[in-house]
Amino acid sequence: MMLPAAGVVFALAWIYPSHALYFHIGETEKKCFIEEIPDETMVIGKYRTQLWDKETNSFLPATPGLGMHVEIKDPETKIILSRQYGSDGRFTFTSHTPGEHQICLHSNSTKMALFAGGKLRVHLDIQVGEHTNNYPEIAAKDKLTELQLRVRQLLDQVEQIQKEQNYQRYREERFRMTSESTNQRVLWWSIAQTLILLVIGIWQMKHLKSFFEAKKLV
Amino acid sequence: MYGSFRLLLQVLSAQLLCVWVLGSELTFELPDNAKQCFYEDIIIGTKCTLEFQVVTGGHYDVDCRLEDPEGTTLYKEMKKQYDSFTFTAAKNGTFKFCFSNEFSTFTHKTVYFDFQVGDDPPLFPNENRVTALTQMESACVSIHEALKSVIDYQTHFRLREAQGRSRAEDLNTRVAFWSIGEAMILLVVSISQVVLLRSFFSDRKTTTTRVGS
Repeated sequence: MMLPAAGVVFALAWIYPSHALYFHIGETEKKCFIEEIPDETMVIGKYRTQLWDKETNSFLPATPGLGMHVEIKDPETKIILSRQYGSDGRFTFTSHTPGEHQICLHSNSTKMALFAGGKLRVHLDIQVGEHTNNYPEIAAKDKLTELQLRVRQLLDQVEQIQKEQNYQRYREERFRMTSESTNQRVLWWSIAQTLILLVIGIWQMKHLKSFFEAKKLV
Repeated sequence: MYGSFRLLLQVLSAQLLCVWVLGSELTFELPDNAKQCFYEDIIIGTKCTLEFQVVTGGHYDVDCRLEDPEGTTLYKEMKKQYDSFTFTAAKNGTFKFCFSNEFSTFTHKTVYFDFQVGDDPPLFPNENRVTALTQMESACVSIHEALKSVIDYQTHFRLREAQGRSRAEDLNTRVAFWSIGEAMILLVVSISQVVLLRSFFSDRKTTTTRVGS
């Protein structure tokens, strides 16, 4: 009676893989995700890939030899991580400048785009900031009681909020600079265009008057 | 025998708890005429929330559709900028949600979504709660929930600000481009007007038409 229950629990634990969300991409397709984060923020990404098998019409559980190339660009489009991982991988990076970081994944399939009809199922999980902390591990390492661990979690959350607020201030400054630049441009170009209009008008009249006088029509 | 079985059950429940992941939030670019689908395996009875917001692109709208394992549409909205949908999984299996930009011919959209499945895993996976939470602990729990909601609001504010800023930057480049363009058009048109007018009068020296009136 107890054993079937344990069997169900065991089965459920393995049917649903631990990586949550998944999506499908072509074999040679590149998929990019954007993470807008403040500076000094840690990002951990975990993925798992499965290849579509035409014979069994299902996704194979694991394909050795299939790797994913992970490329991460910082807000200045400079590459900060460009590495090949296996079909199951874990990548991590810490941002040094605030802004939009781009995380791109594509498989290391050597087939040409035209001939590769394969589909890949990619399970992806990206955790940012305080979600990257593994609290049971921290508790074991620093020997914290439950209350201390909870307070530690709250401190991490508050630190993340502070970083985000600081980043928000930096962005508002950029936004204000852009708006002021637009304002300046509108002002100066309107004045310039009005002046051009006046100068051109005067020139036209003067030129035509001298032209008609030369032609003895006036 | 009973003790070892209990241990086995605890280990297996801990494994099962690992399945309840926090939730995924991703920001991705949706090209024009494209559709992107995401899938998640959900256990029956889990409370899930799907939130999405369009960050940049066109009229900042996207089509969103959520289907259960049997293909029944649970949520379908066309051309929405931001929405939040909570549901409880009525079936076991793979739920699918798709974002579509098929109505747009040339604008790429950047879409943010946050799909929360179930509750957060507990801080201590192996705890057996024999006693109720102390006052300090329950205060910590409520602060934690409040801070989570602050972080959520911050995220949505950041996305709105990104939207506003992208519009402002777009406006800035457009103003520069069109101002220079208009100045050039002005010069070209006025000079060609004069040249054209001159060409009307240049080979008609003999015919004195009523130019003066």
